[in-house]
Amino acid sequence: MSLYPQVWFLRTCNRDGGVSIDLNHGTTTLAFKFKYGVIVAVDSRASAGRYLASNDVNKVIEINPYLLGTMSGSAADGQYWERLLAKECRLYRLRSNHRISVAAASKLLCNMMLGYRGMGLFMGSMICGWDKEAGRMFSTGCGSSYAYGVVDSGYRKDMAVEGRSTVSPLWFPSSRQQHPSHIVSVMYHMQQDGWIKVCKDDVSELIHRYRKGMF
Amino acid sequence: MLSSNTFVDPGKMKDYHYTGPVEHRFSPYSFNGGTVLAVAGEDFAIVASDTRLSEGYSIHSRDSPKCYKLTDTTVIGCSGFHGDCLTLTKIIDARLKMYKHSNNKTMTSGAIAAMLSTILYGRRFFPYYVYNIIGGLDEHGKGAVYSFDPVGSYQRDTYKAGGSASAMLQPLLDNQIGFKNMEGVQHVPLTKDKAVQLVKDVFISAAERDVYTGDALRVCIVTKEGISEQTVPLRKD
Repeated sequence: MSLYPQVWFLRTCNRDGGVSIDLNHGTTTLAFKFKYGVIVAVDSRASAGRYLASNDVNKVIEINPYLLGTMSGSAADGQYWERLLAKECRLYRLRSNHRISVAAASKLLCNMMLGYRGMGLFMGSMICGWDKEAGRMFSTGCGSSYAYGVVDSGYRKDMAVEGRSTVSPLWFPSSRQQHPSHIVSVMYHMQQDGWIKVCKDDVSELIHRYRKGMF
Repeated sequence: MLSSNTFVDPGKMKDYHYTGPVEHRFSPYSFNGGTVLAVAGEDFAIVASDTRLSEGYSIHSRDSPKCYKLTDTTVIGCSGFHGDCLTLTKIIDARLKMYKHSNNKTMTSGAIAAMLSTILYGRRFFPYYVYNIIGGLDEHGKGAVYSFDPVGSYQRDTYKAGGSASAMLQPLLDNQIGFKNMEGVQHVPLTKDKAVQLVKDVFISAAERDVYTGDALRVCIVTKEGISEQTVPLRKD
């Protein structure tokens, strides 16, 4: 199987005692819909190779007051393309005089990526928002299987707004991954009139709050 | 410069017997070492770097600082491949001038950071092998540090170390400036003099353990009065 030059070039530079160019990667993001809107939760870790580059990266881009985009995978790809998406959404609003729908915004992002297919971009991204069409639940990143488990066990479509914070603690996938410590978990709540940033918690403190009944 | 691929993965023993013909590819990159550090305070920012330029086991220069002054309120530290550092700083200087001519004002630190992110991403498929850290004052006069990866992902920090000894320095800064992994400590705000002393101590430690760091330390202190520089000698071996 032959690779595009864009992919094998960096790979050949990085092996055989050559240089080691490590790029930043993100880990776990989660979003689900419930009766009162959409909850979006992300962790804040970024690793570069085997080194932890940062514990407080912002993986949610606030495209506009009613649209949020999450990033996992390559940090640079996520930041660059979602910033470009935010620009396109703004231009759409100015040209057509109405807000872009969530489906259209995600299609824009998808088509931008399609032009670079096979060249080694990697992004797991969720576009979350509130408009006349429906939303769904998704989770991406290497902690996503654990995040699915927690949400499946506690999710009810009509749960109260307070219930949202007990269902999406990202401390669970964070603590089950290899190096859990001082990871910050950030949560947004998307409502009809826009999103609000709910909380930004240090995961090592959250575990004490939820440990009763866990073991 | 041609890199001689005569060594395999670090940690693996080198084969001294004849294994057959080996193709040595030309690598456009080379690692020239060096460490950069930046700390942001309430009304100041410090950017420091060592001045050693090395390649493999040789030293090209003992006086090649990695901090570059961009504006009166912003300094950038670049480590990695020296060729890309030079080109990148030339490009940033040109873009700063263009901005000044079209907008009639100097770029703020945040704007320079956002611009550098797109410059780096423009080479997503043949990256600049440079680890950048920008230190300076934001529009409100508070210290700001922006750290980057080679393809442009960036964020604002309070402190960051980059370059060859970054993995050694970053945990120490987490502890001393971020008060992480300690219990029952009072979080005192960092003063400028204490920050400068901490930076010097931290580089002296790095020079002890990292072969690519040493010779001298250049510290640039950015305050609203301007940028002042200090040079401190480090281990030469």
